[in-house]
Amino acid sequence: MSRETILRVEDVSKTFGGILALNRLSFDVGRGEVLGIIGPNGSGKTTVVNCITGFVKMSSGKVFFKGKDISGKPPHKIADMGVTRTFQVMRPYYSLPAYKNLVIPLFSPRARRTGGWRGGGKLGDRNTVGIDILEEIGFERDSFVPYKMASTLPTGYLKRLELARCLALQPEVILCDEVFSGLSMSEIASMVPLIERIQMDGITVVMIEHRLRELFRVANRIVVLNFGEKLMEGVPEEVMSDERVREAYFGSEEVEEVMTYA
Amino acid sequence: MNDEQRRKERLDRGLKVRADSLYALMSWRELGYLTLPRFVLIAGILVMPFLMPSMYWQRVISVACIYAILAMSFDLLAHYVGLVSLGGAFFIGTGGYIAAVLNTSLGIPPLVCIPIAAIAGGVICTILLLPCLPLRGVYFAIVTLMYPLALGRVIEALDILGGTDGILGVESFPNRWVEQYFVIAMVLLFLFGLRRLVNVDLGLVLRAVKDNDQAVKASGMSIAFFKALAVFIASGMGCLAGACIVHIYMWSGISLFALDFSILPIAATVIGGGGTLVGPVLGCFILVPISELLREFGTLRIVAYSVILMAFVVFRSEGIMNYGQRKYHQFERWVKV
Repeated sequence: MSRETILRVEDVSKTFGGILALNRLSFDVGRGEVLGIIGPNGSGKTTVVNCITGFVKMSSGKVFFKGKDISGKPPHKIADMGVTRTFQVMRPYYSLPAYKNLVIPLFSPRARRTGGWRGGGKLGDRNTVGIDILEEIGFERDSFVPYKMASTLPTGYLKRLELARCLALQPEVILCDEVFSGLSMSEIASMVPLIERIQMDGITVVMIEHRLRELFRVANRIVVLNFGEKLMEGVPEEVMSDERVREAYFGSEEVEEVMTYA
Repeated sequence: MNDEQRRKERLDRGLKVRADSLYALMSWRELGYLTLPRFVLIAGILVMPFLMPSMYWQRVISVACIYAILAMSFDLLAHYVGLVSLGGAFFIGTGGYIAAVLNTSLGIPPLVCIPIAAIAGGVICTILLLPCLPLRGVYFAIVTLMYPLALGRVIEALDILGGTDGILGVESFPNRWVEQYFVIAMVLLFLFGLRRLVNVDLGLVLRAVKDNDQAVKASGMSIAFFKALAVFIASGMGCLAGACIVHIYMWSGISLFALDFSILPIAATVIGGGGTLVGPVLGCFILVPISELLREFGTLRIVAYSVILMAFVVFRSEGIMNYGQRKYHQFERWVKV
């Protein structure tokens, strides 16, 4: 573990009414790595992302980004610093064409400061850059898909659009909330190289996933959550062979399948 | 035997290619096809004062224009930013009183007064509405409806700004043609200005706030700022309309906070077609004259109003312009199945 820590989650707790959704959770994310967060339903995975990005106020604890305390800041400030997220339930701008969806992040203060995706925002108009990002992320330019209304796009494209919206900001960290869920096997297969390419661009990725097999292919490290607590953390091989993880996932066919497959 | 099935097929006209904003103009004919509706609209509004039989009806046109500005501001907030505002009367009242005070106590001429009232009123309304910006939907509507009710009563109870008598002796426009063409110019300016605004990058962000404010936050932008900006534009328009009214009637009173100014723009938007910006203008030019024609029936005109509104909501809820634009841009034909 020689990586420089880019994101540090320290003793974060979150209660919803009387329910303890996160219980003194701590983990580090190294610069440039792909960190997977897994856990059974209701184990607090999405809450972690919400707390880090400021969409939900944590009850206690701190989050540090590059050594700076970002806990309690509003979501747009955190995104402006370079920590962006995708949403599990896709949130495109349905009334706009796909490429116009990317004009919005490209118009943000961060993108105007840094130039946005690969600095392209400083070169040309935002529509062109938007189409470039979409092409990079798998919208075939010649098929007119980038020009289609977001409301007419199928799930696979919408999930990519979520990622594209994050990329447009040229972020340092992307937190992906279940980008694989709801996709077919072949769609996932084409998403995996995309994640790898994002990592090669030097962007740190935190992935929340239920599709363990695909996650284990791209993740460098895994954090396992159960009932809001960290069960264990380690490289995918360690996690797969761990008895406690098997127990937490007991009955889940997915894991059985992955475990036997591995 | 007529048992073969048919269905209606809709085709976009050839020049609406790829995206809504992208046109391929191949000939003068296509250019005319696009510019003709705009030309008819502009020319129609410009010659309207000459077609009116009397000064009375010219005044009706002025009032319709004022309502049109208000209705456009409602359309902008409701259909492009997602804030349903019932604050038309609030904007009119604020702008009206500012203009009246500036004119009567400082002696500033009307054509200088109006822009000052628009900007100052916009700032005041935005600051007052700032705490309500996180509200959405019907909650925002209720709060914006409370402001005009409250302010009217405050003026009445504290007997400030002329109390129930209002502020008398406000200077009128230099002459009726200036009055007429000033408000007409404002309608055209705001109509084409706003249409431009909602299609540039800034306007896209406003529309994005309506579509999905969470995603805008995740893109590193403060939605409170953009909502406040939109409210400033809309309330500034409303205040400008209010200032115009005050200078037309040469009087400013509590009736500026009357609910007519909140309700009629919404009715006009429903009839004209929401989200088109030109629809509300059209709706005002239909509703205001109808209201004048029905004046002799007294309060019964409200009934006529309600019937028209209900008919539109039930039978043509998309409004005239949305329907018209679809018919204009698409072919329809019957095809055998």
